[in-house]
Amino acid sequence: MEGIQLDLLSEDMLESMTPMEKIRHILDEVRNGKILVVEKGLTPNEQTKLIEMTMTEISPEDFSGIEIESYPVKQNYTIFNRFFGKNTVKTRLTVIGPANQLKTIKKDRDLISALVSSRS
Amino acid sequence: MGLMSKLGFSHLFNRIFRKKVSRIGIYGPPNAGKTTLANRIVRDFTGDAMGPVSPVPHETRRVRRREGVQIESNGSKVKLDVVDTPGLATKIDFHDFMAFGMTEDEAKRRAKEATEGVIEAVKWLDDLDGVILVMDATEDPYTQVNVTVIGNMEARKLPLLIVANKIDLPTASPARIHSAFPQHPMVPISALAGQNMDMLYDKIADRFG
Repeated sequence: MEGIQLDLLSEDMLESMTPMEKIRHILDEVRNGKILVVEKGLTPNEQTKLIEMTMTEISPEDFSGIEIESYPVKQNYTIFNRFFGKNTVKTRLTVIGPANQLKTIKKDRDLISALVSSRS
Repeated sequence: MGLMSKLGFSHLFNRIFRKKVSRIGIYGPPNAGKTTLANRIVRDFTGDAMGPVSPVPHETRRVRRREGVQIESNGSKVKLDVVDTPGLATKIDFHDFMAFGMTEDEAKRRAKEATEGVIEAVKWLDDLDGVILVMDATEDPYTQVNVTVIGNMEARKLPLLIVANKIDLPTASPARIHSAFPQHPMVPISALAGQNMDMLYDKIADRFG
C-alpha cells in the first residue's frame, strides 16, 4: 500500500533525547518524507535550532525546507514565579513535515488544519 | 495584586539598572515590512536609511545595524541600536524567486543567501535586549515564525513589542493580531505611509527605555 507515513512522537520518547538529538531525529525523518506529530512540541530554543539546522540542509533540487506548525506556548505563571520574574513556558503539540508535502490551511490558538500530499 | 508582584523583581531591577543603549532587533517573516519600518525609524531620527526594500521576498539577506539612534517621544528619550534582520522562514524554494522573473541561477543564488540570512537572524537573538516583531496585518498572525519569536522572547524574559504593519491596506486586521497574542503590547501602523508612527515611538520609549 502506498501512502505517507505519519509518526506520532510521545513526550516520553523525546524527553530521553538531548535537544540536538531531537532536532537531528526530526530532520532525518522529515527528509525521508515522514510527517511527525510531536506530542509536547519543542521548546522555543529548540524551534530556533531546528530552523537554523533546516537552513543549513536546504539544497535547490533536493530539499526546500520544512513546514512546522505548533500552537502558541502557554505561560505557567504562579504568584511566586511572577514575583521573582520567572516563568515556565509550556510547549504544545507540533506538526512537522517536508515543505513540499505538508501545507497549513488554517491555524489558530487551538486548531491546526493541514493538507498532506505525496512527494511532488 | 500589589505593584511589586505585578511588575516583578526582574522588571524593577531592569528599570533601575537599565542600559544606556538598548539593542533592539526587528524580526518577522519575509515581506512583513521590517526594512521599511527600520528605514522609517532611522530616517525620522537621523535623516538616513538602512537598506533597500522590494516586493520580492528575502530582499534583506544580511543583518544591518544602526547604532545610537535616539528616539524622542513625549519628553522621553531612548537610545537604540536598531538591528534590521532578514525575514525568518522554515522553507526557501528558489522556484518562488523565479516567479518574480529571476533566472534559475539568480534564484538559486538568492535562495542560498536567504538561508544564510535566516541563520544570521536566529543567531542574533542571543545578543539583543528586546525585539520589535513585525507582522503583516493582512495575514494570519498564527504563523510559526511569530509563534517561535514570541516563545523565545517569553522564555528569555526580554521585552517584546508587536507591530501590526500595513494597516493602510483594506484587508488589514490588527484586532486579529491583538486577539492572537493579547499578552503583548501591539501597535497598528503603516510603515510605508507613516501612519501611527508617533504612537509607535511612545511605545518604544516606554517598552525599551
